[in-house]
Amino acid sequence: MPTQASFKRTTLRPTRGWVGLDLAELWSFRDLLIVLASRDLKLRYKQTLLGVLWVLLQPLLAAGILSFVFGVIADMKRSTDLPYPAICFAGMLAWNVFGSTLLKTSMCMVGNAALVSKVYFPRIILPFSTVGATMLDLAVSVVPMTAVMLVFNIGLRSPSLLLPVWLILLLMMSLGLGLAAAALTVSYRDVQHVLPIIVPFFMYASPVGYLALTVPASYRHVYFLVNPIASLIEGFRWSMIGTAPPPTWAVVYSAIIAVTLLILGAAVFRRMERRFADVI
Amino acid sequence: MSSDIAISVRGLAKAYTIRQAAHSATTLSEEMTNQFRHLMRRDKNEIFWALKDVSFEVNKGQVVGIIGHNGAGKSTLLKILSRITEMTDGEVDLYGRVGSLLEVGTGFHQELTGRENIFLNGAILGMTRGEIRQHFDAIVDFAGVEKFIDTPVKRYSSGMYVRLAFAVAAHLRSEILIVDEVLAVGDIEFQKKCMDKMKDVSTDGRTILFVSHNMHSIHALCTRVLVLDQGSTAYIGSPAAAIERYTQSFKTRQVTATAERPESARRGSGEYRFVYVQPVKQHFEPAEPKRFAYRVERRRGSLGRFYLSAQLFNETGLELAQMDGRLVGRWNQDADAVGGELVIRTPWLKPGNYRLDTSICTASGIVDMFEGAAHFQVGSVLPYPHTASATATALGAVFGDFDWRPDARLTVQAAPYEETVQSGTSFVE
Repeated sequence: MPTQASFKRTTLRPTRGWVGLDLAELWSFRDLLIVLASRDLKLRYKQTLLGVLWVLLQPLLAAGILSFVFGVIADMKRSTDLPYPAICFAGMLAWNVFGSTLLKTSMCMVGNAALVSKVYFPRIILPFSTVGATMLDLAVSVVPMTAVMLVFNIGLRSPSLLLPVWLILLLMMSLGLGLAAAALTVSYRDVQHVLPIIVPFFMYASPVGYLALTVPASYRHVYFLVNPIASLIEGFRWSMIGTAPPPTWAVVYSAIIAVTLLILGAAVFRRMERRFADVI
Repeated sequence: MSSDIAISVRGLAKAYTIRQAAHSATTLSEEMTNQFRHLMRRDKNEIFWALKDVSFEVNKGQVVGIIGHNGAGKSTLLKILSRITEMTDGEVDLYGRVGSLLEVGTGFHQELTGRENIFLNGAILGMTRGEIRQHFDAIVDFAGVEKFIDTPVKRYSSGMYVRLAFAVAAHLRSEILIVDEVLAVGDIEFQKKCMDKMKDVSTDGRTILFVSHNMHSIHALCTRVLVLDQGSTAYIGSPAAAIERYTQSFKTRQVTATAERPESARRGSGEYRFVYVQPVKQHFEPAEPKRFAYRVERRRGSLGRFYLSAQLFNETGLELAQMDGRLVGRWNQDADAVGGELVIRTPWLKPGNYRLDTSICTASGIVDMFEGAAHFQVGSVLPYPHTASATATALGAVFGDFDWRPDARLTVQAAPYEETVQSGTSFVE
């Protein structure tokens, strides 16, 4: 029992406008973040027959289809010496970090409506807790990735050290968009319907099933400008299996966009979160 | 001096914007059409003050009850103090960690085991994993679910579920505990256990804020009581005085509702109106039929068929029964006036004050909503052949018409009811 004098005083006041993140408070709720993330993991494959195998199968199957469509039918193989399935699979892994984080974060507020309206915690913990599941998926996919690399005899090289950089940038970008989407979904459920249309659209607009090299040189600048995810996926693949690296300017540009999106997303979220309990 | 204060609330206010039902947007396209309509002609969004200028202080170690009619702002106050929603104006100081329990089992997940849910729920309520581990055995013991701790809670009976949920909350080590009406769950024995636990908590020097409709537990637990009325503090003081004040306000509300509200202020389309609903006596005994004479008159137009309905409330605002004319086949045809008698034979009512709301309805909607149409009192002649101590009638909202008849034939096949884990069946709502 702490002494009377040691009780911490909290003052509640109405807030207005834009507010920053209370990092000290977030830190004090770190256990909740861990518990929520592990809840998502535990629930993930309850009552499924194949369980964690789905994590392995999903990107493998998706990569299989992509390499058939782009590698065999469209015959884009000529642009590289590397085996096409490995290209698609590496692209798919990077894409999944972005796509699944975005989809999961956008749903997390509405999916936890009961929590939001009955108990207090920093709301931003919910979107962040979804990252755990995505990261575990990625960790599990390292197994088939290693298999693919062994089969096609691709070794790790120095660019592999940059893998965390691509992942962090992809996460920042998807979290930024996801935070804004999550906050908007609370008031407008339209977002739930729009995202599943937009996200696959962007997958085809990104170098997942093909290399950015196959984009005609005259369009390539515009391509990297319009789609800031592209250079990050290219970078991930370069680090993983040694395809051509993305142009440096495009990476810098994407990094700036990623930081901006994360800040903007968090700001929108913080601004809208005070209405969550009343509206959700 | 200020070190004795646990909660200080100054000028607290909370406004909700109510949009006309037809204009509240839940999709973007609706919102856009609304915004467009806004430009065309200024729709007024009604502002509703759920709380207005509420100020009070709570000292450390006090158990403060909050009572008030439905819609008086009790839940809003708790939600603001537990930081779920933000206030519109004012300031609140909280000294110490705040734990709030607005619902039993917030965040419990059906698919997870009892053990997993203890950690999940504990973390949601603000405990660290270390604290939960430390209290784990005590929680399981308090809930009495040792055997099923690794079973998914979807296989729990509702009793076990509630006990486990409350057990987690009961071990919250926060200095301020905010509790909403959660004692209204579980069996009597468990309720008693919870009450004892809450008393322990307060003797620990921790502070409790507690909303309830149950005057019995308010009286038993609280050291001070705050009465809220239409979003403002109506009274703060000793439990006895506050409960008295609250019951008084219930009566004055009745009088204002009947006498001072003009017919035109009543809801409904207004083709017909109740002229009066008059109890045949001011004072009924618990088991006697309650009779009311009524008269309905036509004001304009015609309806074809319509029916009458009534709702009965006790003095805590609890809705006891609905008497819908359709259920007894009483349809009325258009006429200049309709009169008759409403008879309510059961339930047997407990001593106290009662209110009857009546309405005239058609299949398509409400014609007249007469709130507080009649008020009456019920006396204290018990409807039972024997008397017992006050504890025999302390619980429940109405009296039951019952008997405990012995029957030798049933003794033989008596299968004791036991609460067991049933596989494949969910008992949880």
